Amino acid sequence: MAAILDAAGLNKNFGAVTAANDINAAIERDSVVGLIGTNGAGKTTFINMITGYLKPDRGRIHYEGRDITRLAPRDITRLGICRSFQIPQLYASLTAYENMMIGIGVVLRNAGRGGFFSRGEPLVPGYEQPAAAVADGLLQRFGLAEYRDKNAQVLPGGVRKLLDIALTMVARPKILLLDEPTSGVSAEEKFAIMEMIMKAVRAEGITVLFVEHDMEVVSRFAERVLAFYDGRIIADGSPEQALNDPEVKRYVVGGELHRLDEEKARPRA
Amino acid sequence: MRPDRTPLTLLLIGAAILAVGPFAPQWTLFLLTVALAKGLVVLGLMMLLRCGLVSFGQALYYCLGAYAAGMLGRLYEVSGVFTLMLAGMATSAFVAFVLGFLLARYRSIFFGLLSLAISMILYGLLVKTEALGSSDGFNVLPSTLFGWRPADEWVRYSVLAVAAGVAVIAALAVHRYLGTPLGRLAPAIKDNEIRVEYMGASARQAVHVKYVIAAALAGLGGALAATTVGHIDPEMAYWTTSGEFIFITILAGTGSVIAPFLGALIFGIIQTVAFDISPNTWQMVLGASLLAVIVFLPRGLWSLFRRRKAA
Repeated sequence: MAAILDAAGLNKNFGAVTAANDINAAIERDSVVGLIGTNGAGKTTFINMITGYLKPDRGRIHYEGRDITRLAPRDITRLGICRSFQIPQLYASLTAYENMMIGIGVVLRNAGRGGFFSRGEPLVPGYEQPAAAVADGLLQRFGLAEYRDKNAQVLPGGVRKLLDIALTMVARPKILLLDEPTSGVSAEEKFAIMEMIMKAVRAEGITVLFVEHDMEVVSRFAERVLAFYDGRIIADGSPEQALNDPEVKRYVVGGELHRLDEEKARPRA
Repeated sequence: MRPDRTPLTLLLIGAAILAVGPFAPQWTLFLLTVALAKGLVVLGLMMLLRCGLVSFGQALYYCLGAYAAGMLGRLYEVSGVFTLMLAGMATSAFVAFVLGFLLARYRSIFFGLLSLAISMILYGLLVKTEALGSSDGFNVLPSTLFGWRPADEWVRYSVLAVAAGVAVIAALAVHRYLGTPLGRLAPAIKDNEIRVEYMGASARQAVHVKYVIAAALAGLGGALAATTVGHIDPEMAYWTTSGEFIFITILAGTGSVIAPFLGALIFGIIQTVAFDISPNTWQMVLGASLLAVIVFLPRGLWSLFRRRKAA
């Protein structure tokens, strides 16, 4: 099977802290991979290295056969690897619609359309529609139509998350990295939101890597699970395999259950 | 979508200036021409301010444009007004292109102070250069229009006509630019540069481009001012000149490409009237009016027009 993304021997140290210790992972095209692990296990470091925010100390990352290890985030984005953020990164003073239009503007510009001397309304590459139609279509797809003209800074947390993900879709990525797409979303809404994201994203045949703490969400949506602990991948396989791995049970799931128990013990506000 | 009325409004204003000019008193022509020259500088500052950047040293490019124009006349006896403006623009744009590699890395107060520092270096150099008249500067040759020199009573009007034409073209171009994807990136850079990068655009490159355009506009304004006033000196690069441009930018607001020219005109009028009434304390009147604008119209004079549109 040809891997769309191949990380080999990635190492990253922050001073004395090892955030990535010989990470090896080949991601197959059109697959959905869940990244699990406690906080500080190295999941986000892995995503940050793939997207070029961090450069690994050792090791190489290949995307569609091309070495992207040393590329800048914007160049990696242009190649088709997009990411969302654990804390949504939006243009706070602009409306949801304007946020989308900024993203579409960048896509147009990178495609050399809609410049100073171009005439008529440019079509968004991949969608072959005018910018406004693409923006409204994506807002619709992520259930954001009613928030269209609200400023991003006043949107509720869950909506901001969805807008953050919708923003990554303007460039029609081939790989989408979602950093905790359901964090900050209530337990009841988690499945509905994940369902909507997956439906919106998988319709395009996008390879998805998502970081998630809720093991039920992971086992429902992931086809494959990478379990991180202490900068290493300690398990790699189907959700059943990985979640039942003794090490994972001990270091990841156990820790998670422990945390959940703590949350339950806390009195309700 | 609201139809874009800015281009038509600009053309109408330009036409109105040309039509009324011959009947207006000479001093108003001078006031208006200087306002157009300063408006060009402010137009560039407005572009930077939309990205959240305040250049405290835009007088650098204003002065460079003026000296480039003045030296062409002094050294080579070139007097064609369009050649002079082109020279002013090109000189400033080139310097900004080089300095931009450094400045486009910086934001907020660092960007502001670094631009201020560079403008003061130019001031210092000019003050020490005797060949260019040191702190006295030198007189600029009267300019010509494709070799033709208008009769004395028509000089002011001719310069105004050229200034109006150039200002309208510049404003139209900037308006068009602000509508392109790169131009629209300005508020995004102000809000969240990380996201800009992760969308596949370079914030630094976008800032660099805007910096060069802003400098070109300032150089154009400087060359125009040199031609209008007929004299240039290092004061043009001094920090108070930069301050004046920022003053006008805040007075005008960033709402439209027309705002900088309106702001510059009102600044000129306040200055003239205040100087007339109280020659010793005219700065106080200016300060009070800026305070009033900040308190009552935080988005600048242009919000007066916005509000009416919304109603």
